[in-house]
Formats: sequence, C-alpha cells, structure tokens
Amino acid sequence: MAGVGVYRPEKIVLNDDIAHLIDSSDQWIRERSGIIQRRYANENESVADMAVAACLEAIKESGINPVDIDLVVLATATNPAQLPNLAMEIATRIGATNAGAYDIGAACSGFSYGLAVVSSAILSGDAKNAIIVGSERMTDFVSEKDRGTAFLFADGAGAFVVTSSDKTEISNPVWGADGTLNDWICMTKDWSSYVNEKDAEFPALKMEGQKVFRWAITEMVGIAQRTLEKAGIGVDDLGAFVPHQANQRITDHIAKSLKFPPHVAIARDGINMGNTTAATIPLALDTLRRNGEVKSGDLALLLGFGAGLAYSGQVIVVP
Amino acid sequence: MTDEQIVSELAVILNEVAGVDQSKVSADKSFLDDLEVDSLSMVEVVMAAEDKFGVKIPDEEVKNLRTVGDAVAFIKKSA
Repeated sequence: MAGVGVYRPEKIVLNDDIAHLIDSSDQWIRERSGIIQRRYANENESVADMAVAACLEAIKESGINPVDIDLVVLATATNPAQLPNLAMEIATRIGATNAGAYDIGAACSGFSYGLAVVSSAILSGDAKNAIIVGSERMTDFVSEKDRGTAFLFADGAGAFVVTSSDKTEISNPVWGADGTLNDWICMTKDWSSYVNEKDAEFPALKMEGQKVFRWAITEMVGIAQRTLEKAGIGVDDLGAFVPHQANQRITDHIAKSLKFPPHVAIARDGINMGNTTAATIPLALDTLRRNGEVKSGDLALLLGFGAGLAYSGQVIVVP
Repeated sequence: MTDEQIVSELAVILNEVAGVDQSKVSADKSFLDDLEVDSLSMVEVVMAAEDKFGVKIPDEEVKNLRTVGDAVAFIKKSA
C-alpha cells in the first residue's frame, strides 16, 4: 500500500434538502442511518472524472511515476455505458500508458474484491504497481422518491496505489457471495424490460432494507472474525475498523459484537458521505488518516458487503 | 415461562438493544408508538428474542407483532 486518494463531489446535500421527497425528516434519517449529509455529483463530475481525481491524489502520495503503473482496476456499479469499461479512459487520463485496465463489478463489495485482485496481480508478478479505484454516481440509479434508498446513497470516489513489497501488507480475502439473496438489493428492471415496456420508468436501485440489515449484522460479524483469523491477528492488534459505510447502525452492531478495544478507530465517514457503494472504504480510510485517528503502519480491517449478496474482508497495513 | 417472565425478559432485551426504559415495558405497549422501537431496532430485538427464547420469528410474522403482548403470545405459541 503506497497511497490513498479520494474525490468528494462539491455539492453537499443535507437531510432537510431531500427529506420532503420521501415524506421523512432530518431526525428520521439520522436515527435510521446515522447520515447527516452526503454529496451529489454534478454534470462535470462523471464516474471517470471522480476516479481520475482520486487516482491522481493516490499516485501523488505514492511518489510513483504513472508510466510505471502496470494495472488499473475500476470498481463501479454506475458506469452508464455498456462498453467500453471506464478503466481504460482513467488509465490514459492519469498517464498510466503502460497499464492493463478493466472494470469489475461487485457493488458495495467492489472495492474489496478489486483490492484482492490487484494484490494478487502484484504477488503473482503480473504487476509491480497497480491502482484500485472505486467510483460511483449512485444518484444516477437511485430514485429520489424511494423511501428505502434515496437518503442512503450518494456519489464519490476513492483509490489505493498498491506496489510490490517484501512484506505482506494486504491479507488474503475472506470473500463470498449468495446469489439466492440477490433480489434483496437489485434494480427495479433490467435494460431490455426498460426498452420493451411502454412508458417504463428508468431502472432504479431497490432494497429490502430490513432483510439486508439483518443479514449484515448477523453474517458480517463472523466474516470479520474469519478475516482476522486468516490474517493471524486479533482485535487488539488492529488500529482501525473500516467497514463499508452502508448504515452506521450496521457498523454499531458489528463493532459492538466484535468488542473492539478503545484504541481501535471505527470509520464513520458515511455520516457525512452517505453510501457511495464501491467508494466507501477508501473514502472512510482517508478520513481516519486525515483526522489522525490511524497512523502509518497500523493494521486496518476492511469489510465490504452488499448487493449479490456479496462480501469481502481483508486486513491491510495503513500507508 | 409465565407471561410476566417473558415480558420481563423482553424488557431486558429492549433495554440492551434499543435503550428502552425497562419500567415502561408492559404487555399493552406498542413497540413503535409507545416504546419508540423503530424497524431496524425491531430486527435486533427479534434476533435477540429468538436466541433468548429458542424460537424462530419469521419476517412475515414480525409486522404482526405490534405490541409487547403480541410478542409474548407468539413466543408462548412457538416455544
């Protein structure tokens, strides 16, 4: 791990700005999710634009020359075009002219899956320097009038630069997926239905919130424990817990169940950024670093989970 | 277990999960309106109750459990 970079869209959206659209209130949103505000991208902040900005910041910290980057992986669920993938454009725009580039999709677990992919590429020798970037414009695919999702999701990007090292700084993932539950977080319709239905509404995200909540607070505790076991450490060894920022109440429950000692910083970036799907984990780590809540060399437990239903846990050494 | 014992155990769970004052918990109280237990807290209460009483409370049943008394009746029926 050689660098972290993020992009936070300019526009800040408060609960009161959107509550009336879902017959809700600031208090209801705060109690239900912990979210106080989030950011929405404008027309000049595309998925690629935000990813490029996050990558450039991460590259700057790493000190690596972009031409020496071998692999660029974008995790996103919100590329509006079927093809090409956006990673190629991002690689070109950041000057990674010698890199292979492609997108992966695992929704809210996308960044964690992508981190495992680039880590493997480096361990295998396929790449010496790599970037994993998560970038999302969730607002393009969420209905502002859906009470179950409108207040949760938002936009942003975050990136890690990963380089070859003598030491293991990214543990092997504990990951999985259960496709039998994929209708708990999915789109209201697919593209062909949208095209073929008369006067069809644009496809939007829908979620069985209470079912997903229960799944997350029951399953992710065990996944986190297995991730620590696989990395050969215990909760006392951690400096930070950086879960996907789905909902602060999920974070609360997992943190309480795992009994973290007081020195473990708990990432709560979602309070100010909402759920940015594949971008939450780098954004949340960035905030902990900026606030001095973690320091270089600390161990952080990352935990991605969401649509699929998919999940991935890893332990990293904070750069 | 008697009804009173189940109410008492539920009060402990409601306090631990949702910070409800145990003295306010009685059979006639509504989870949402009287005890201010929202839907996500209700998920946690149900999970804790399942562990405590050794019962399974299906998702479709949870919405029928409006009051503490409803929950007591379901737990007695299922145990």
